[in-house]
Amino acid sequence: MALVRGLGVLCILLVAVVLQVAVFGYLSVDGVVPDLALLVVVAAALSRGPEFAAVLGFAGGLLLDLAPPADHVAGRWALALVVVGYLAGRVRQDARDSTLAALVTVGACSFVGTSIYALTGLVLGDGALPASEMLRVIGISLLWDVLITPLVLPGLLIALRRLRPPQLVY
Amino acid sequence: MPSHDPGKQPSKPVLVLLLLACLTVLTLDARGGTHSPMEPLRTAVGDVVGPVETGTAVAVRPFRKVAGYLGSNDRLRKQVAILSAENSRLRSRVEAQPLDRNRLAELDGLTRTAQRTGYSLVAARVVAMGPSQSFSRTVTIDAGSSSGVRPNETVVNNDGLVGRVLRVTRTTATVLLVVDKDSVVGGRLGSNLELGFLHGRGTTGNDDQLDLDLMDSSVSPARGDVVVTWGSQGGAPYVAGIPVGKVVSVWSTPRQMAKHAVIQPFVDFTALDVVGVVVPRGTQGDRKLITAGGE
Repeated sequence: MALVRGLGVLCILLVAVVLQVAVFGYLSVDGVVPDLALLVVVAAALSRGPEFAAVLGFAGGLLLDLAPPADHVAGRWALALVVVGYLAGRVRQDARDSTLAALVTVGACSFVGTSIYALTGLVLGDGALPASEMLRVIGISLLWDVLITPLVLPGLLIALRRLRPPQLVY
Repeated sequence: MPSHDPGKQPSKPVLVLLLLACLTVLTLDARGGTHSPMEPLRTAVGDVVGPVETGTAVAVRPFRKVAGYLGSNDRLRKQVAILSAENSRLRSRVEAQPLDRNRLAELDGLTRTAQRTGYSLVAARVVAMGPSQSFSRTVTIDAGSSSGVRPNETVVNNDGLVGRVLRVTRTTATVLLVVDKDSVVGGRLGSNLELGFLHGRGTTGNDDQLDLDLMDSSVSPARGDVVVTWGSQGGAPYVAGIPVGKVVSVWSTPRQMAKHAVIQPFVDFTALDVVGVVVPRGTQGDRKLITAGGE
């Protein structure tokens, strides 16, 4: 049963990553698309806590790093999403109960996640752009993520709650 | 620690473990370069995710067309404006035809070299685009090693140079676009055959432009000059004579002698669909090759 649940969660991640590259490319604003994988990680943090979200963030980030057409140094998104999962998990008690708090959490996570990704790029000298350009991309992706949260987050929360092992329900 | 997790310790060890894992992956991949231990993993993930991406792209294509119909009115109006502007510009250019004819003959000669070298094309469609959040400009195409595509092959479309193949899986390939920050292409000015290097800017949006640094500092490119690829040895990664773009502005700094030109690519990188991968003639694969002779 645990295996089925794990596969279910992995499927959600896979769908998010594929939608991000294959479908949302047509809706992009200046090439920036909503960060669905990040939303999945935040949803996991809100419903299951920091530990689970960090693990999920690692898996989702690695998938983003390795799935085509990614070409950056592997591990950059993984690092960003692990931190995002952990941070979102720490504030979840407040964010779970109010819509506004959830939106703020998503916005903050989007900013932190994309910024960590950009900073690792600067440190590694891997595809670094001028800071103004990076800030613009970070800003647009933040807006996208907050905009799409009401459409995606409730469904994700329900799905992840369904996939929760029964002994952990409290 | 807040008390909402009774009996559960804070998740510090897991977090530390995951962060260490991330750093390990980062180090392995950053130090490894092209022989990185992550490369087989990338191929494996690509083998699984690539077909899923292709399937999704195929499933979504009809819906995209509908969206195109709905949003077309505004675009058509804009297109009319652009076309009428172009029309008047072309009319004025007809006056300068003899000059252009010379230029064309030269460019034609360059383009013919691509055909003479005996390359053929594998047609493919773009199925996935890398998001701008990743700060790199890459796309996935739906032809891979089973169609005879190999790394370091040139990718073109109707309008000109698109990029080069970075890595392939069985059914898909990842293409680095020429506008990526890491992309460097040898370019040649169509009017005086001077050589230079084209660098991508990696910027997002509609200002996809390239910077051309000329090798000969005494040469000044003119506005509207066409830049074609200069070609690499053995045609990898870039074959010669593929049109890249035209000069839109020229600038130089007092500190540096060399002139820099800004190139507007012919290809619209935000609307890529059908592309061709330049493969050696006689390549075996599961799809038909397009050859210059039309055989």
